[in-house]
Amino acid sequence: MDWRPTASLEMLRRRAALLARLRTFFAERGVLEVETPLLSSAASTDPQIESFSTIYSGPGAPTGQTLYLHTSPEFAMKRLLAAGCGPIYQICKVFRQGEAGRHHNPEFTLLEWYRPGFDHHHLMREVEELIAWVIPERERTESESLTYRQAFERHADLDPFRSPTREIRRRAALHGLEARGLEPDDRDGWLDLLMTHQIQPRLGKGRLTFLFDYPASQAALARIEGGDPPLAARFELFLEGMELANGFHELTDAEEQEARFLEELRRRKEMKQPQPPIDRRFLAALRHGLPDCAGVALGIDRLLMLSTGASHIHEVTAFPVERA
Amino acid sequence: MARYSTNEFRRGLKVMLDGDPAVIIENEFVKPGKGQAFNRVKLRNLKTGRVIERTFKSGESIEAADVVETEMQYLYNDGASWHFMNPETFEQIAADEVAVADAKQWLKEQDLCTVTLWNGVPLIVTPPNHVVLKVVETEPGIRGDTATGGSKPATLETGAVVQVPLFVNEGDLLKVDTRSGEYISRVRD
Repeated sequence: MDWRPTASLEMLRRRAALLARLRTFFAERGVLEVETPLLSSAASTDPQIESFSTIYSGPGAPTGQTLYLHTSPEFAMKRLLAAGCGPIYQICKVFRQGEAGRHHNPEFTLLEWYRPGFDHHHLMREVEELIAWVIPERERTESESLTYRQAFERHADLDPFRSPTREIRRRAALHGLEARGLEPDDRDGWLDLLMTHQIQPRLGKGRLTFLFDYPASQAALARIEGGDPPLAARFELFLEGMELANGFHELTDAEEQEARFLEELRRRKEMKQPQPPIDRRFLAALRHGLPDCAGVALGIDRLLMLSTGASHIHEVTAFPVERA
Repeated sequence: MARYSTNEFRRGLKVMLDGDPAVIIENEFVKPGKGQAFNRVKLRNLKTGRVIERTFKSGESIEAADVVETEMQYLYNDGASWHFMNPETFEQIAADEVAVADAKQWLKEQDLCTVTLWNGVPLIVTPPNHVVLKVVETEPGIRGDTATGGSKPATLETGAVVQVPLFVNEGDLLKVDTRSGEYISRVRD
């Protein structure tokens, strides 16, 4: 039987050391560690993220209640922020259906933190400080900041906002990329294809690359800044071609948040995907008032891969899903 | 016809690609945290031997290649083709250079090989995991030297060259692992 861990014992010690260093970083800055439930009565509506579900039966649920394993602690953490907790962080397992590969495991460790009073540019600087703190042996090179548009112009010779979708497809073809099954008019799908296959491998080479000013259609939970084109106050961090973190200047408008949830459910229906329940408690917290804040989620397994030179997530997790 | 979804993709899976049979040699799951999931796949076209890269939207499916694997006895090589026989039906087929590929250095008359057929045409020839072959050329052996870890090249009767221990002589029969190309042991007649 393959009962042994896939990570070396030395790697498990490095993981423990990394977690300890992260906690010192936040303790010194007065950011409070919190825990929120892994099981929730609501789930993410993002059509690109699928939740695991399970059934609780027992006191209070005689006929069984469907609960969802969270895909991110964001909704619950924002409820804490609305309750006035101040800056917080959490290190927890999150669960995503259908994701397994060299950089993915269906359960993985996420560090998520929120900073009231920060915008996403301010938070990007703190992310940079955190990386320097937890990987002190990395040479301190100046980080690179690119807008989503600049990254596409530089590495795919394409304006991702103004080009018609057929031009995006043509650009992909010129780079030898075609994706079987991608609808010709799925604009964000074709942008994702170019991003993951053509652009991302060229980001974060020997330094951190921050990408920001995303298309409004890829805002997720970020606020959208008006203008032409409108831009999402969202950023991502890449290091050595790997996506490491995703952050937002958080949307605080409850009405707009609800409209986005409903739009995502409509798209899910169109694609014949499950219809998870909207998080009503999260919306109630937004109506009560979420302080102006920025938040970011950072993959700990990938951070450990990058700091140790591991090439597969199996090398940094004790028991990946194949041995769970 | 059977189909495979991207969740079934793995190395060795045989599929139809652009009308030709192909084998998956690499399958990578690629997904941005917030965005479309893809399977980035490397395949070898089994008719031409060419390696192709393709990306599939995750959840897509692809037609399975209707291939059969048969145990066949290697008969001879006529200079252009390698001839095999089904030991039960005595039916004979000829495999070309692309199908035989690296296997040819291990093929010895009478040995049983696995031949992958598509529409009756041989696509891949896989030699037995272990073969016994005679050394036709090597430096003279050092008698009694079974302890020191040195090695030297030896040419085998099929043309393969393997690293062998110093005590091996011309005319010796050697057991070799065809997957790694490594010497295993000397075999007595």
